[in-house]
Amino acid sequence: MKRWEREGVVELEDLKIPSEEHLRKGVAITECLQEIPCNPCVESCPVDAISMETINDTPKVDYDKCIGCGNCVDACPGLAMFLVKVDGEKALVTLPYEFLPVPEKGDRVKALNREGMEICDAVVKRIRRGRTLLVTIEVPAEYVMEARNIKVNKV
Amino acid sequence: MRIEEHPILKFERGREIYFYYRGKKLKAYEGESIAAALHANGIRKFSESVRFSRPRGFFCGIGKCSSCLMKVDGIPNVRTCITPVREGMVVEENDGELPHSEMPEAETVEMEVDIAIVGGGAAGLSAAIEASPYASVVVIDENPRLGGQLIKQTHKFFGSEKERAGTRGIEIAKILQEEAMEKCNILLNTSVVGYYDRGYHFMVAVNKMENVVYEIKAKKIIFATGAQENMLVFEGNDLPGVYGAGGVQTLMNVYGVKPGRKGLIVGAGNVGLILAYQLKQAGVDVAAIIEAMPKIGGYMVHAAKVRRCGVPIYTRHSIKKAYGNGKVEGAIIAELDENWNYVEGSEQRIECDFICLAVGLTPSIRLAAQAGAEMAYINEAGGWVALHNEYMETTKEGIYVAGDLANIEEASAAMIEGKIAGLHAANSIKPVEGAEEKIREYMNELRIFREGPFGARPKKAKEKIREKYYEKMGKGRSS
Repeated sequence: MKRWEREGVVELEDLKIPSEEHLRKGVAITECLQEIPCNPCVESCPVDAISMETINDTPKVDYDKCIGCGNCVDACPGLAMFLVKVDGEKALVTLPYEFLPVPEKGDRVKALNREGMEICDAVVKRIRRGRTLLVTIEVPAEYVMEARNIKVNKV
Repeated sequence: MRIEEHPILKFERGREIYFYYRGKKLKAYEGESIAAALHANGIRKFSESVRFSRPRGFFCGIGKCSSCLMKVDGIPNVRTCITPVREGMVVEENDGELPHSEMPEAETVEMEVDIAIVGGGAAGLSAAIEASPYASVVVIDENPRLGGQLIKQTHKFFGSEKERAGTRGIEIAKILQEEAMEKCNILLNTSVVGYYDRGYHFMVAVNKMENVVYEIKAKKIIFATGAQENMLVFEGNDLPGVYGAGGVQTLMNVYGVKPGRKGLIVGAGNVGLILAYQLKQAGVDVAAIIEAMPKIGGYMVHAAKVRRCGVPIYTRHSIKKAYGNGKVEGAIIAELDENWNYVEGSEQRIECDFICLAVGLTPSIRLAAQAGAEMAYINEAGGWVALHNEYMETTKEGIYVAGDLANIEEASAAMIEGKIAGLHAANSIKPVEGAEEKIREYMNELRIFREGPFGARPKKAKEKIREKYYEKMGKGRSS
């Protein structure tokens, strides 16, 4: 049994990790590992980089085609898509955020991992309001595959 | 205990009013239920059990369980969870006395329609919208607002574009409400109390708030009465603060009232997982989600969302006891072994002031059963259900079912079933051009929806229901 089936926590070995080159370009990664009838990510992609044979399949991202636009992150009902991009020592992670308070560009926040534990400091680089509020944070490059949520402390 | 700010929801509260609870003057907002208003004022105990005087609170929040019955303006046994609070209302605990106030003379309204739909949730509204271009339709719901359970869902729905994937439940509710209100006659706060076969379909419905009795003659009836939350047996399960998951959603997402400070959720199916996330959105802490099965039952993506917020999920754990003086003050949970026995010494104390049960639903079949539709116990469907064919028609001609009372499933499936029932009912009153083809399309959508691993159970349930239906009917009544 996979850990996510028992605990709801995805492990790196469950994911298709982008190559260094793809990470430099910036791509969408999917953490949707279970066959459920759902396909808005496929329909949201402007370059047909996300594929599914039937609506019950899990999505596959073609990292060569992906342009890192983030439409799928906005569309995914399960909040299971993220954008990852590495630039030298730093990395950008774009994640969906449905809580209060809403951070602002430039805010310092804490990055959380898939278990909700604080792993490092992060800086908010961009806020995008679509169907879902998307937050882009900057974290040290080594956390690019770990940072999946944020904690915002506001006075 | 009121939620002032929410990342997804906006609470449009009515004007400030005052009501009386045991002689005390309390503030409320017009439009909210008595139960929500009491909660907002920190009152959780609504009654006492008859034999042992144990304190009792509310449970289901949608008028189905009778846990919230109180005496309102002298009338006992009022369901406070679905009765709107009014200026000057006097709310007391039931005392076993008969009503002092006389039942005022009720007005009787006779009504004749093509299709009467009981239940204005995902299935009922979809049926109404589908049928209304071709038939006169009345939708009857005992809640103060339309939308069923959709009105509490802050998450984006799954599925395909056609089934409104990516749209939040509350937004789907709004779309359906507006369309139905434009096209159909809607009776809210109105309970159907009985069906009578007079050679035609006849129902009696009562609006207690306005003292109106409706006598409804209909060519077809669609029952879309949903489901009710299951109870779980453990010590202290009747303490105020042990709530149905849906009841908590109502309190929090419909009325903007927090159920407590910190909750424990029992059951890691989609309902339990979604509720944990909704509690965090409302600024309420969640101690843990526990699940007796070895695996999480709901969608992995919902579980991952909850975990990212720091809520632990313990599979193979169950609740042994809820404790507290007159209300929940904590729980004891313990691990289960492979034979479902408690592992000795694995007991853990969980600090919480409310407990949510998300341990499955039971189809609300009583009206359909009373109307004479043949019932069968189908384990995969969630219990007793009305047998029906692929058009959602039961063994009783002209009586349809759609949604959770016809098998516990997702709202997306309920909406498609509603469309099938609505269109088929309209088409059998007066032929609708292209109806057969459209129904086939809907059936295909349902088939695809049930193809994956999560569709296996409902698929099996429906196969059994249909098989038994045709056994009863012989080759019987074709459409």
